[in-house]
Amino acid sequence: MDAIILQILNGLDKGSAYALIALGLTLIFGTLGVVNFAHGALFMIGAFCAVTLNRLLSLSHEVVDETRTDFLGNPLRVDVPYVYEWFGPDVGATIIDWSVPLAILFAIPIMVLIGLAMERGLIKHFYKRPHADQILVTFGLAIVLQEIIKAFYGANPIPTPAPEAFVGSFDFGALIGFDPQTIMYPYWRLVYFSFAILIIGAVFAFLRYTTFGMVVRAGMADRETVGLLGINIDRRFTIMFAIAACVAGLAGVMYTPILSPNYNMGMNFLVLSFVVVVVGGMGSLPGAVAAGFLLGILESFASRAEVIDIIPGINQVIIYLVAIIVLLTRPRGLLGRKGVMEE
Amino acid sequence: MLGLNRKDSGLFLLVICLTALAPFLLNPFPEGSELAQFNAGYPDLMQRFMIFGIFAIGFNILFGLTGYLSFGHAAFLGVGSYAGVWMMKLLTVNVVPAIIMSVIVAGLFSLVVGFISLRRSGIYFSILTLAFAQMSFALAYSVLTPITNGETGLQLSLNDPRILGISQTVDGSIPAANFFGIEMRDSLELAMGGWLFTFNAGYYLAAIVMLISFYIAIRIFRSPFGMMLRAVKSNQQRMSYTGLNTRPYALTAFVISGMYAGLAGGLMVAMDPLAGAERMYWTASGEVVLMTILGGAGTLLGPIIGASAIKYFENIFSKINDTVLHGWFSFMPDGLQDFVVAIIHPFIGKGWHLTLGLMFMLVVIFLPGGLMEGINRLRIWFGKRINGRQQAPDHAPATSS
Repeated sequence: MDAIILQILNGLDKGSAYALIALGLTLIFGTLGVVNFAHGALFMIGAFCAVTLNRLLSLSHEVVDETRTDFLGNPLRVDVPYVYEWFGPDVGATIIDWSVPLAILFAIPIMVLIGLAMERGLIKHFYKRPHADQILVTFGLAIVLQEIIKAFYGANPIPTPAPEAFVGSFDFGALIGFDPQTIMYPYWRLVYFSFAILIIGAVFAFLRYTTFGMVVRAGMADRETVGLLGINIDRRFTIMFAIAACVAGLAGVMYTPILSPNYNMGMNFLVLSFVVVVVGGMGSLPGAVAAGFLLGILESFASRAEVIDIIPGINQVIIYLVAIIVLLTRPRGLLGRKGVMEE
Repeated sequence: MLGLNRKDSGLFLLVICLTALAPFLLNPFPEGSELAQFNAGYPDLMQRFMIFGIFAIGFNILFGLTGYLSFGHAAFLGVGSYAGVWMMKLLTVNVVPAIIMSVIVAGLFSLVVGFISLRRSGIYFSILTLAFAQMSFALAYSVLTPITNGETGLQLSLNDPRILGISQTVDGSIPAANFFGIEMRDSLELAMGGWLFTFNAGYYLAAIVMLISFYIAIRIFRSPFGMMLRAVKSNQQRMSYTGLNTRPYALTAFVISGMYAGLAGGLMVAMDPLAGAERMYWTASGEVVLMTILGGAGTLLGPIIGASAIKYFENIFSKINDTVLHGWFSFMPDGLQDFVVAIIHPFIGKGWHLTLGLMFMLVVIFLPGGLMEGINRLRIWFGKRINGRQQAPDHAPATSS
């Protein structure tokens, strides 16, 4: 029993990342009808927002420390980050320590701008072109974004730690009556999962309870009629694209302590997220989220030693296998609506 | 000639001449000159032109004719390479059985993948093929290590049985890949003035195989079967309304293109007997898509042009570095020179993928028909200007190939 709970928990953080990326992909597909192969790159850019903020905050200059001397007796020169001088050493250290959560604020405007620029500059011209063209052009864009990041940050993963307060693990087992130390779950993964739930909830609430969201949902159902009612649906869809970019970016920001960002991390997640979208049902938002968590947990179960002993290699292929089975038996996906992209 | 009409015979003869004379044509700059780095006439690169040309021709038979965009074609190339290396390990280092086996194994594998994937179309098809390719890649790295040798890659060794050949040569080294005695790495070097031309046995074998595949591709394009595939692309629904089952046609095209990919993999092994799983990674599948689109999907010559262009630029761009750039722009004042070099820097050397991505985006946006469409447009444009000068009506019909 405790083993099962542990595997479910382990699947949650990866599942959250899949769910967030798949949610963005589905939003874009549902509104604009565009298959965005550059969505993984947005996730990656979000992760690098966290790296950038961390570097910006750690910017420092050299000052001469009179109180300490090096071994020759000269006053020691030390690097002091600017934030230490502005806010004092204690607050400064805390700010640098908390750079990953702070990067959320930093990433939102950047991701929104990138999303708007991408939609207006490129995607807009591809509404009417075939899906193959959309895939190809966004695939090209993904390569370009990836290479730009590589040119600035190099090809090696850059470790970006979580705040000190979240280091260590949470004894989940003790909380629900198992022996202590049996179900340990790192704090940051718990934070990531809660964050994902929060974002997903916010997006759903936004679509459900605001007028803007209502118009967008109407536009998803019947774009032409909404346009005939005198509503500028294109502008709203552009904003939805920016929101989707933002969701992917935030998923990336918070994922940095779990996986050190690397310029091609986005592509690995994208391939899996597409599979998630397809399993969940193209164009279905709850489907994307549910399938994201489901596949994350399945993957975690498949990586258990007992399972690998029975079917070797299953942990590597389980997601693709599920996708193939789902596509062949239920082409519209688990929660897909009838008639939407069934072919 | 050979059942081709006049225009196709002309095209085929042109390709034959170009490939036969490639060692001359690709080496226009004398050895040791400033521009010698732009020469492409060395065996390794020329072999890659041919091999990736075959890969792209095969991909084009599927994508260009039927419109099914496969994102997992590299899997067939990878499976083909593994099969080829195993033939060389078990049977003989003669490349013929290796190549034949590669084609057969890749064909069988693509039959299985195609049979399942072709139940869906559009983006679902792309994702299914991608899923299969990623699965093969993951398995090659993990469970199938006894067959694929995992991360190290599959190589020939001294202890291989090689039933029909020899395990090791007299002096105790691994025998070299050969074609009935002609070693693949044998080259004939011809020095003429400042030029050095290399005629490599491996290149000519690859060239002959490429020409045969190109000929088969022309025949497929011009056959009723090719016409049927085009019909699948333009309107599949209407095809089924007329009572035709389109799936066998699409499946045949898929298997043919899978066999072409296997052939390319087999040739790769023939030139350099090793195989690794990274050949199956989805970026490798993306690359063949890029080649085909860049050259022009659905055209005969396009894929070869695209494959050669990408492989050439990959080689040349990655060789240019800052020192070379400083050399080129040395006529500028210092500050300006540094500035220009700094601007170009991200696009060269290791950043060549950035150039590739940009180039690819520009082609998809402005020239959906690829370089071939560009050439055709130029031809029409020049044709108009010449006609205009002769005061002839400018309705010269644009013949598309």
